[in-house]
Amino acid sequence: MTGSNAGKGVQPVLKIDNLSVELPKGADRQHAVENVNLEVRPGEILCIVGESGSGKSVTGLSIMGLLPKGQLTPVSGRILLQDENLLEANEERLRDLRCTSMAMIFQEPMTALNPVMRCGDQIDEVLRTHTSLNKKERAKRIIWIMEEVRLPEPKRLINTYPHQLSGGQRQRIMIAMALVLEPVLLIADEPTTALDVTTQASILQLIRDIQRDYQTGVLFITHDFGVVAEIADRVAVMQWGKVVEFGEAKQVLSNPQHAYTRMLIGSVPSMTPSQRERDASAQVVLNTSGLSKTYSERALFRSTRTVHAVQQVDLEVRRGETLGIVGESGSGKTTVARCIARLIDPTSGEIFLGGDEIGQLRTGQLRPYRRRIQIIFQDPYRSLNPRRVVGDSIIEGATNYGLPKEEALKRARSLMELVQLDPNALDRFPHQFSGGQRQRICIARALTMEPEVLIADEAVSALDVSVQAQVLKLLDDVRKRFNLALLFITHDLRVAAQICDTVAVMSQSKVVEYGLTHDVFTNSQHEYTQSLLNAAPGKDWDFGHFSRPDRKP
Amino acid sequence: MSTLLEESPPDFEVDSAASAAAASRPRTIWQLLLHNPSVCFGGAVLAVMLLTALLAPFLGTIDPSNIDPIYRNKVPGTERMLRLEDGSEVPITHWMGTDMLGRDVYSRVLYGSQISLVVGLVVAILSIAVGLAIGLVSGYIRWLDGIVMRVMDGLMAIPGILLAIALMSLFNAGIGTVIFAIFIPEIPRVVRLVRAIVLSIREEPYVEAAISVGTSVPLILIRHVLPNTIAPLIVQGTYICASAILVEAILSFLGVGIPPEIPTWGNIMAEGRILFQIFPHNLLYPGIFLALTILAVNVLGDGLRDTLDPRMAKRLG
Repeated sequence: MTGSNAGKGVQPVLKIDNLSVELPKGADRQHAVENVNLEVRPGEILCIVGESGSGKSVTGLSIMGLLPKGQLTPVSGRILLQDENLLEANEERLRDLRCTSMAMIFQEPMTALNPVMRCGDQIDEVLRTHTSLNKKERAKRIIWIMEEVRLPEPKRLINTYPHQLSGGQRQRIMIAMALVLEPVLLIADEPTTALDVTTQASILQLIRDIQRDYQTGVLFITHDFGVVAEIADRVAVMQWGKVVEFGEAKQVLSNPQHAYTRMLIGSVPSMTPSQRERDASAQVVLNTSGLSKTYSERALFRSTRTVHAVQQVDLEVRRGETLGIVGESGSGKTTVARCIARLIDPTSGEIFLGGDEIGQLRTGQLRPYRRRIQIIFQDPYRSLNPRRVVGDSIIEGATNYGLPKEEALKRARSLMELVQLDPNALDRFPHQFSGGQRQRICIARALTMEPEVLIADEAVSALDVSVQAQVLKLLDDVRKRFNLALLFITHDLRVAAQICDTVAVMSQSKVVEYGLTHDVFTNSQHEYTQSLLNAAPGKDWDFGHFSRPDRKP
Repeated sequence: MSTLLEESPPDFEVDSAASAAAASRPRTIWQLLLHNPSVCFGGAVLAVMLLTALLAPFLGTIDPSNIDPIYRNKVPGTERMLRLEDGSEVPITHWMGTDMLGRDVYSRVLYGSQISLVVGLVVAILSIAVGLAIGLVSGYIRWLDGIVMRVMDGLMAIPGILLAIALMSLFNAGIGTVIFAIFIPEIPRVVRLVRAIVLSIREEPYVEAAISVGTSVPLILIRHVLPNTIAPLIVQGTYICASAILVEAILSFLGVGIPPEIPTWGNIMAEGRILFQIFPHNLLYPGIFLALTILAVNVLGDGLRDTLDPRMAKRLG
């Protein structure tokens, strides 16, 4: 946990002095990283935390000497790895240092690993390049490091290809590659962001254990304060390329000095469910019964393969109520949403919208019901047509149902105000807006249809935490104002705890627990729900109150 | 809940940085195109070709089918007096010599460029129009896809030139038939390109959003899918144009194309082939024009691809 006193007063492994990295001309600011001073001591985990574009990854890459040439150039400062200035080292020297003295792991292990090379060979490559060990010694060392990163059956896994492993196992292979030569510094760039919460918890545990055993200095780059609370010894908060706050993790989390840090930490939703008023007598707008989706792959020369994406899901949402569907990737939560929005056809089961069955309707019959269910997608960069001005995107639906263009535009202007955007921006293109703004536009587009059910499919997952809080609030306001039934699909338990009245927990295509948010979070019955809740990083912290209430274990 | 309620003001301003950055870059696609040397070179050469084709009657040419047995197989630069219909005589120079029937090669090459460019352009436009329509429908409507694509596969399995020869033998020789014969084998290439784009765009969330706001399939195809195919199709169009000009020349050279009395680069070369070793100019000049045109069109295509490629789109800001 936090507060290890390891390495205090010891020579730091890494010392960054006044580092500035210049952005190419025409960028939104002059420096990607400006006058950054950091140090990592042996056996310490330093977290760099910040929102997207804060320069945290650039810092990591400049240590490794991996900045894209000609685009990002370190213009001043020093990066001292055990007293050697990396900015002055030539390419050959840097290559020697990588893996032997410093190593890096990345966010997406699938793309960081070579897909056509066996995992064992990829680790072996590191050893072949940097050591003069013979084949037998190398094989021994590969098995040893794979056992160190707690991969099951290392003898079998060395012969597998990356796609045969799970995301967590792939990340373990990456860590094994990084640590096989026992470097003094490990740079981890969002290593758990692409992973499910339970996998994330075990990888964090692994990184913590290994750096304790080998006294490795770890520079951990993340955007997630939960992760920070879980593993950091010290924290550096970055904003617009500058370190705005640097200190002991506990200190920063409980008593942030800088306004930006306060805002960031304050935006992290609490794991404690909020008190919500719920009108249990409200009319049921949407319910499903026995909803199932099966994908079957027919092939000529082998038996049909079937995958059950969703099995027997019964849900119910009332007017003005928010139902959360939470689960890890592959649990089927998005498939449920897409079935209900009728973007895909359910295999069996019924979907009732205000009493009418719509699950088995065909395209033509579906048309009058379409406008009553609207969906907001995860990726704000792809959910608006980049070639159309946002005004056209917003009024598209209303004009489809016969509203004259002038009136639709009038409605769009008032909705833009409602989602707190400038109504005069209707003639701009999506690329002129930030991610959060685009998500607001998507909400406006959904609202022009005057729907009864709004589905938000991971609608805030791609957003930075401060923007996420604003969009969540907007969604909640919109729900209240239009008395909408909100179906909120998320993998983030914190978000679910704050916005949902009822929660359905999905695992392996089934709903394993379904009930009031408060009950599910405080008195969960199913062991899967419990494991999810336990795995949530920083679950002990109440970030909103900058405190760590003592919870019963 | 307080964490959600206490918040800073929303990010209201439209990204000023992005628009400022966009202002410093070339603003329009035209400016960007003019910055690309390939586009400039290819476009310029092609423009000259187009002008010579259009202005052929005014560039010191004579009737390309005017036969004069006395002046057969003259080398380039031969000067002589030409008797006009009204009986008067004018001095002319055969800049590119004459062929074995005494026709002026310079005039024939210039008039021939009309045919070549028309064939190239018409084939490119036709095959793109037809291929686009088929590709859009087959990419978006799943059940149709299998059928259409198998037909296309079948079409692609037949060598283009052979198919063209077969089609030529079915109909009367003429420029229309040649265009038809060349454009049919080009269709599958366009269909495959368009279909691949449609397949990826179909999965984009903004298309799904359009479905969920009740946009009909034809409108989705026109509004959301079609614009994504334009840039790649312009590029593909230049390659088809170049290939069509070449195939037309090949067909004429093989004697299965446009009738020999109409001057085309292929026909001129076909007739010059027999005496090639003694009088290479009959092959040389139409060959130079052909090669230069194809080069220009392909270079233009490369330039367009570099500028219009989605991966380069970030330069547009």
